[in-house]
Amino acid sequence: MSGLIALVEPILFILAAPLLAGWTKMVKCRLQNRKAPSLLQPYRELAKLLRKQPVVAEQASWLFEAAPYIVFASAVLAAAVVPFFAVHLPTASIADVIALAGFLALGRFFLVLAGMDVGTAFGGMGSSREVTIASLSEPAMLMAIFALAMSANTTNLASAIDYVLDTGVAIRPSFVFALAGMVLVAVAETGRVPVDNPATHLELTMIHEAMVLEYSGKYLALIEWAGEIRLMLYGVLIANIFFPWGIAEDLSLASLGSGLAAILLKLFGLGALLAAAETVFAKMRLFRVQEFLGFAYLLSLLGMLSHIILEIGQ
Amino acid sequence: MNVLTNHSLYEQAILFIAALVVFTSFLMLAQKRLSSLVAVFAWQGLLLAATTALCAYTQQNPHLYTSALISLVLKGFLIPWMLLRLIVKFDMHREVESLLYPTYVMTAAAALVLFSYYVVLPIEQLSALATRNAIAVSLAVVLLGMLAMVSRRQAVAHVVGFMSIENGLFFAAVAATQGMPMVVEIGIAFDVLVAAVVFGVFFFHIRESIDSLDVDRLNRLSEVDR
Repeated sequence: MSGLIALVEPILFILAAPLLAGWTKMVKCRLQNRKAPSLLQPYRELAKLLRKQPVVAEQASWLFEAAPYIVFASAVLAAAVVPFFAVHLPTASIADVIALAGFLALGRFFLVLAGMDVGTAFGGMGSSREVTIASLSEPAMLMAIFALAMSANTTNLASAIDYVLDTGVAIRPSFVFALAGMVLVAVAETGRVPVDNPATHLELTMIHEAMVLEYSGKYLALIEWAGEIRLMLYGVLIANIFFPWGIAEDLSLASLGSGLAAILLKLFGLGALLAAAETVFAKMRLFRVQEFLGFAYLLSLLGMLSHIILEIGQ
Repeated sequence: MNVLTNHSLYEQAILFIAALVVFTSFLMLAQKRLSSLVAVFAWQGLLLAATTALCAYTQQNPHLYTSALISLVLKGFLIPWMLLRLIVKFDMHREVESLLYPTYVMTAAAALVLFSYYVVLPIEQLSALATRNAIAVSLAVVLLGMLAMVSRRQAVAHVVGFMSIENGLFFAAVAATQGMPMVVEIGIAFDVLVAAVVFGVFFFHIRESIDSLDVDRLNRLSEVDR
């Protein structure tokens, strides 16, 4: 039974990912007084791209065609590791948060290589920017994770969620700072507005879109889908680690159902927040991104320090 | 190992505000505009007043309410307002100060927090209060205030750093012991107020003699230049 759910969970995760992207886009459109596309629009786009014939540049090496599969597979693996609507699943013991960060880095590494593969100016520029941002956001993310791991005495996600559920409602300065740091990192890593604009192909400052500019057809579909999974992944991480209440703790059908409903509600809330933030803030200059991520690192570091100083008794 | 959950909700709130106070100290180091620096300083004052009120409640110590009120009025509103007025009067509220070595300053700040933690570790054993962990925080606020004074060039920023040192000391008194005697507290509060006024006068004099509040320009005798 638990094995079956462990199989169903990542599949549901992957299938629901475009829905979150669609929801965020819809809220954003409403907030900006525009007519919103349907919630299912990302699915339609994926279906359209999957049907189309991909065009590959003559100079492209095997890497160019392999990269989308690696990117997608690493996103799927990462999705399988994160507890989605139930905590106690066999997949939880396969990998911990550090491995999760590794999966994300693996996907990014190949995307960056693919961006440089064809040799266009835009691809190289996007890749260099992506790596710059990643090199700043990864320490911040790991520091936030370490702050959590020190509180919960584990790097395993399921055990960490158990710990938060067991201790009940408590004001933990370390968690608040880690949450703030994590949110900033999530915004940077998923390429949302203050750092990168996901809706444009025209700006000279674009990052993610510049890397994948050469892709088309099914390859582009895989990469876009992986991006949507990544967005959802950060949403689920933030929702389940910091606000795990409502997640299914046993495998009865009722608690699974309520767990699914709870996480979907939280994700809809987070998506709406993201859309609101994207509406309120303007995209910042590329050279200010390091300040932004430095701030995220500072927050995570303060989370760690405040755990050591304020929360551990002698 | 983790004693946090043994604390009451109020004590947890005090520790949380303690963390926020350090956070405001870090923010002070990074503010480029003087007016936002003063705003952060005002936030620190408000947080301080909130901690004091919470301490008064948990320790059943009514005289702390008075000092909470004093710090709310003085550090939350009056002194920031005076500083802001000076900044507007000197027409500096649009100026953006470029920080010297922001990365080094931030690294030094994190190191100072760790340092104060290790220094305070043996002292914390002496206090019986649940909020004793905040002593390290208050020492860190003192040291970060000094760092803010060292790393800045604007005289107004120096004054804000100085005031935040006083905030740190006040925080230590409230969180680690049961607050200072009332007379001392009122005395210090008015000293700080007087200091703010005197600094204002100083600003005028500095500005008259070197036509700027950049203290880097104070390292040369004006007679030599002429």
